[in-house]
Amino acid sequence: MSVLEFTATELLAELTVGNVSATELTRVYLAQIEQNDEAIGAFLNVDAERALTQAKAIDQRRQAGEQLGLLAGLPVAVKDVLCTKGWTTTCGSRMLEQFVPPYDATVINKLKAADAVLIGKTNMDEFAMGGSTENSAFKKTHNPWGLDRTPGGSSGGAAACVAASMAPLSVGTDTGGSIRQPAAFCGVTGMKPTYGRVSRYGLVAFASSFDQAGPLAMAAEDVALLLEAIAGHDPVDSTSANVPTPSYTASVREPIKGLRLGVAREHFGDGLDGGVDSAVREAIKVFESQGAIVREVSLPHSKYAIATYYIIAPCEASSNLARYDGVHYGYRTDEKEMLAELAEERKTLEEAGDRAKLEAMDTSLVRMYRKTRSEAFGPEVKRRVMLGSYALSAGYYDAYYLKALKVRRLIREDYDAAFKDVDLIIGPTTATPAFKLGEMNEDPLSMYLQDLYTVSANLAGIAAISLPCGITGEGLPVGLQLQAAPFEEEKLLRAAHMFQQATDWHTKRPR
Amino acid sequence: MSDKPYEIIIGLEVHVQLQTQSKLFCRCSTMFGQAPNTQTCPVCIGMPGALPVMNRRAFELGLKTAVALNLDIPKFTKWDRKNYFYPDLPKGYQISQFDLPMSQNGWLDISDPKGGFEPKRVRITRAHLEDDAGKSMHDEAAGKSDSRIDLNRTGTPLLEIVSEPDLRSPQEAKAYLTELRLLLTYLGVSDCNMQEGSLRVDGNLNLHINTPEGQVATPIAEVKNMNSFRAVERAMAYEAERQYEVWCENKIKLGDSPGGHKTTRGWDDGRQVTVKQREKEESSDYRYFPDPDLLPVIVKPDEVEQVRAELGELPAAMRTRLETTHGIDPYDSDVIVNQGRELVAYYEELATSTRDGRRASNWVQQDVLRTLNEQETSISEFSISATALAELLKSIQAGDVDNTRAKDVFDEMVRSGMSAGDAMAALGIEKVDESEAEGLCRELLEANPKVVEDLKAGKTKAVGSLIGQAKKRNPNVNPGQFKDMCLKIVEGM
Repeated sequence: MSVLEFTATELLAELTVGNVSATELTRVYLAQIEQNDEAIGAFLNVDAERALTQAKAIDQRRQAGEQLGLLAGLPVAVKDVLCTKGWTTTCGSRMLEQFVPPYDATVINKLKAADAVLIGKTNMDEFAMGGSTENSAFKKTHNPWGLDRTPGGSSGGAAACVAASMAPLSVGTDTGGSIRQPAAFCGVTGMKPTYGRVSRYGLVAFASSFDQAGPLAMAAEDVALLLEAIAGHDPVDSTSANVPTPSYTASVREPIKGLRLGVAREHFGDGLDGGVDSAVREAIKVFESQGAIVREVSLPHSKYAIATYYIIAPCEASSNLARYDGVHYGYRTDEKEMLAELAEERKTLEEAGDRAKLEAMDTSLVRMYRKTRSEAFGPEVKRRVMLGSYALSAGYYDAYYLKALKVRRLIREDYDAAFKDVDLIIGPTTATPAFKLGEMNEDPLSMYLQDLYTVSANLAGIAAISLPCGITGEGLPVGLQLQAAPFEEEKLLRAAHMFQQATDWHTKRPR
Repeated sequence: MSDKPYEIIIGLEVHVQLQTQSKLFCRCSTMFGQAPNTQTCPVCIGMPGALPVMNRRAFELGLKTAVALNLDIPKFTKWDRKNYFYPDLPKGYQISQFDLPMSQNGWLDISDPKGGFEPKRVRITRAHLEDDAGKSMHDEAAGKSDSRIDLNRTGTPLLEIVSEPDLRSPQEAKAYLTELRLLLTYLGVSDCNMQEGSLRVDGNLNLHINTPEGQVATPIAEVKNMNSFRAVERAMAYEAERQYEVWCENKIKLGDSPGGHKTTRGWDDGRQVTVKQREKEESSDYRYFPDPDLLPVIVKPDEVEQVRAELGELPAAMRTRLETTHGIDPYDSDVIVNQGRELVAYYEELATSTRDGRRASNWVQQDVLRTLNEQETSISEFSISATALAELLKSIQAGDVDNTRAKDVFDEMVRSGMSAGDAMAALGIEKVDESEAEGLCRELLEANPKVVEDLKAGKTKAVGSLIGQAKKRNPNVNPGQFKDMCLKIVEGM
């Protein structure tokens, strides 16, 4: 049996007893990346030397008998949206292609403090906007279960690298489903923690009131391990919750007696793929066989979730992305070319005697902004910046942004009511298994519907996990979503672990 | 003004830098005058992923000011993003407060002891906190069009204080600013240094013109770039005249289309004119929305009361108290209070120990302030303590020295650092013995029968020539006492 089949939790035990060193383990994964990533395209940046240096240092400290951190030598892949000091952080965008942050995100600091080996930065939709990772400015990521399929997005690289055994653990971010949908598509376990559970400091913002970093791994136990390493209050993130972080690794193996599961009718509507439907219903039966009580719950406002999300998130994005203006860092249009272009325009207008147009001409500053942003943002980013700018404009604010905020509260209230009666809400993560690359290129609205079942958790700020619960006739994994009340990650992990004790879907690997 | 057929309407927006150690949303220093871009961090230069954390101290200073300006403090206030593009705004938005500011509906009383205008209460619409932008420096040297940006100032806490359009003249505008600056100085919330940009003023002005068809309003102009209160006064006066001339010419009213919209003008101090500024089309809609990176601030009523209790005595109350306690008039209390808390303390010590508030006031205003000006120093560094000066004033009261010679003593004290007594001795000033004075008096009366005659006829002024002669004989003769003595002797003749 290859180490690649071990879960992170198992690998940690091997590292601890000395059956394998961090260096050896890192080499194994680097070799795996070397061998497979050309076909998969999960990574944007792998720094073998950096990883091996870290691994060696950890091994030396272990040999010296030093107390090591929680992840003591485990390789971890990081979505390229988390700032890494001295190491390019692109967000999948031309805008930040050359951007080297002068600081580490809090999540990165915590990973380093936990003695993780940072093995590489993973591919993503540009600024985390998308559901297929096809919006990356640099490359496509292929689903290890079918190379013509998308791995999902925006954390497509993060999910694919775990599925293809190129990293035992990876950190993604989830704004509307960007951890859970790729986890479902790639047959791995991925969690979006409660908003505020994991620090956003150094997580390049897409939509600040939604963004949340979280773990992806093979099994719930591993997710517990990684979450424990990265969670916790952070004084430099005002929205980070000042609540104690439980030891997830200590509790994950405790089954929940009399688990109360809620099934929302709204999660089994039109458009749900038959294979997904039956796999999820089977999964519910597994829980019932373990003593879970299943009852119906209602989330009446969930039908507005997509519309609400696609107002608020672009509003925040339009402002968050204003800083990419070519002035202080990141991409800037070619100035000489820009000035020549302006001079040419001026000349033409002067010759034509068009005074009105001459007066309305861009200043060089405005033209620099215009060209920089036109050239370095991809179409989806532009679409959302425009949507958000429009919705926040004078005269539209109340009808769009303010109304969306009100609906957002109603969605949260639906959950508050539901969680009075049940511990967890169970349902599909996505309506379909992984779709084909290019399938939705011309149809942004269908792409937005990818978030149908996931986005409510972000609107409500609650915690949710996706875990594999079946394989369709086409041989593609199916994701089961469990949602929990805020700061109830323990319940999610314990329930997911219960399920993974009774089934082996999480151990299935693509060929 | 009354001779002009219009009324001037002015509202002022004042931006005050709060005196904190660190910036509003990060821990960078706010110190002025450091090398460009040395006081920056990922947060204040808007690096990807960096997040703001509110500086509690800045909020407290804002709260203190708001309470002192009689503003209501809502229990709930939040932060909003004001979105616009400019190179010195690295985040692409300013963190400000839009619809739920930290304070609203207050006032500041202003008056002019010289009677230039009637005392009035200027309403204050709101005061809210926001972060400052950086500084753009345009290098316009030959052939260059480079701009340089210094982000040291970016993120410095600002309190924006917006008045209602209650001011009716450039003089009132200046008085409002002077009183506001004094209050801020008393509170210790800002150094109010206009040269360093820690106090900035924008003025909104238009006219209400009386016409046979009734009153009409001219389009509002916002005037920026005024670097002193004097500049504000002049700019407002200029702008009023300009608007009247323009109106006489084109008759465009506020709200007319085209031409009736608000415009932005800059004060050109060199040419003493306001100049129309280029309108930023992209800045017309700031797309305000609540900043999702920051939590709303909850202010408890007892917190506000605590701040109120700790404000200390403010200028308006202090003036009234000096007038009632020490018997000085509003003009004098104004001069003294306007000099700041330390001078007031000096004055009060002097007034209390000499029990003569007016004399103390005269000495402080004339001699002390004059000396401070000459020495370019402040009262805290002044070499003559209130106790030392009180000794001199007591000597005047005792008749040991007359007021005129006391000025010489004061100068000697300033020059040598001596006490009043020592300075008087050094100048040979000593009280003239009563019998000696009487002898001199009789002698001079005998020698001047004409004067005696005049005095008997009630012409008391005649004694003046005798005082002159007496002073020549003995410079220490106290003129008041000498006069009294002469009159007494003549009466007994």
